[in-house]
Amino acid sequence: MISKGLFKKPKNELEGHHRVKRQGDPAIPTELCRSCPSCKQLIFTSDLDNNYQICPKCGHHFRINARQRLNMIADANSFTELHPDLASINRLEFPEYEEKLTQATLFSHEKEGVITGIGKINGHEVAMFVMEVTFMMGSMGQVVGEKITLLFEYATAHRLPVIGFTVSGGARMQEGMLALMQMAKTSGGVKRHSDAGLLYIALLTDPTTGGVTASFAMEADIILAEPDALIAFAGPRVIEQTIRQRLPKGFQKAEFLLEKGFIDGIVHRNLQKDTLTKLLALHSIPKGGDENGSI
Amino acid sequence: MEAYKRVALARKKTRPTGQDFIDNIFTDFIELHGDRCFGDDPAIIAGLGYLMDMPVTIIAQERGNNTKSRIRRNFGSPHPEGYRKALRQMHLAEKFNRPIVCLIDTSGAFCGIGAEERGQGHAIAQNLMAMMSLKVPVISVVIGEGGSGGALALGVADEVWMLENAIYSVISPEGCASILWKDPSKTKEAANCLKLTAQDLLELDVIDKIISENHRDFKNVYQELKLSLYKSFRKKQIIPTETLTQNRYHRFRKFGALENKI
Repeated sequence: MISKGLFKKPKNELEGHHRVKRQGDPAIPTELCRSCPSCKQLIFTSDLDNNYQICPKCGHHFRINARQRLNMIADANSFTELHPDLASINRLEFPEYEEKLTQATLFSHEKEGVITGIGKINGHEVAMFVMEVTFMMGSMGQVVGEKITLLFEYATAHRLPVIGFTVSGGARMQEGMLALMQMAKTSGGVKRHSDAGLLYIALLTDPTTGGVTASFAMEADIILAEPDALIAFAGPRVIEQTIRQRLPKGFQKAEFLLEKGFIDGIVHRNLQKDTLTKLLALHSIPKGGDENGSI
Repeated sequence: MEAYKRVALARKKTRPTGQDFIDNIFTDFIELHGDRCFGDDPAIIAGLGYLMDMPVTIIAQERGNNTKSRIRRNFGSPHPEGYRKALRQMHLAEKFNRPIVCLIDTSGAFCGIGAEERGQGHAIAQNLMAMMSLKVPVISVVIGEGGSGGALALGVADEVWMLENAIYSVISPEGCASILWKDPSKTKEAANCLKLTAQDLLELDVIDKIISENHRDFKNVYQELKLSLYKSFRKKQIIPTETLTQNRYHRFRKFGALENKI
């Protein structure tokens, strides 16, 4: 039924409120229902929860936080977090940075933009990092760089494969050059791990951009991505502004990178644990032959 | 607004570019082209030459010095093939045991359709990783503008030096102002906050040395660079390879490192 007030300008706050209500979805609490940004259909949150936060109608992958991802990938009760208390300081005294950090902590319930630790994936012991999109867009400052480097060093020392989930807006500009240096630092960690003959699989999720793409995301032995994830060095908006033309549809999406040869495969979220397990198993034949042949 | 003055000086059109430094510091320079995968990127000049009596590999970002050459050089913003060309030369340097000099001067790695299609992020990442374990000494000098990842892709070195009026930044002050404050007029403020001058970066330990400049005449700069590079390479050539790469790793490992590890 069309409301009478639809074409009328609201005169006061109360009327305005009425209009706002009309614009949104029908009055179903957001805790129960969400609208899919891809197919615009209404989906019950419970359906999303039972389906790895994938839209059951069109397969759109909703962004999820790092803890949810860990629950999906790591075996139950197998994950031990490393350095959970590391938090950033404002070394450059950049304006408003402390406030942003506080907001990000409140918003994400995390202390920084990445969770690292040791866990098991169907019995295979791995070092894992999962970046947190809700903490300042997973931007990389000194703590993110440090936690990831520490993880690679730990994995090298304990001869563990590394599984990493990336999501990032790039280097964190409030930390200036110290953030940029994290690209070199993490690359050093990856390189040493790699030189020790160990496996690193990166799974790139939406969006992975900037300094993270240009460092440890693109340095893995096997690079996988989630469907439709944006993976870029320069984000699409920056490119459009630079070259002053519209970008083709699907540009910088996971499917595009697959076609151009920059990733090994696209894996739906509900198949990720299986795929990782298979890859880990394929890499677990011990060099020189361990007597019991296990990892 | 001290910092922004430096930004303007670093970008000044009359400032000598990579090619000038090559011509004035090295002798018998021979340029070597191409990445063997896609093409040759004129934004990066790579080749061999003598530093006094020492054969070295030289890799320089080049902006061009007039409109025509600036367009040809893409204003010094490299494409992935530029970084791959640099990497190819670095591996050759390693094979033939030559020290490597990188001259950094770019507003950033190019952002465009072709650059993304050919894996800009991948090209930079591969350089960072490979440079970390090169078995020969590497010194990088920021001679003008050091623009973020596009500069760092030639900047994972044993020592990083900067000219007095050069800048090195995670993002351009313009970009920072418009992203963070949605206000391009705050560019000068952003330049201050980003700590992008040689003086600031020396304090933060991001660089190891400042080469003083007399901006009317670069002769002294070339002379000092020539002598300092030579001396440093001589010292580094006697360091065992293992120690050299170990030191390089720790040079970058220290940024944001924990006091007591694991």
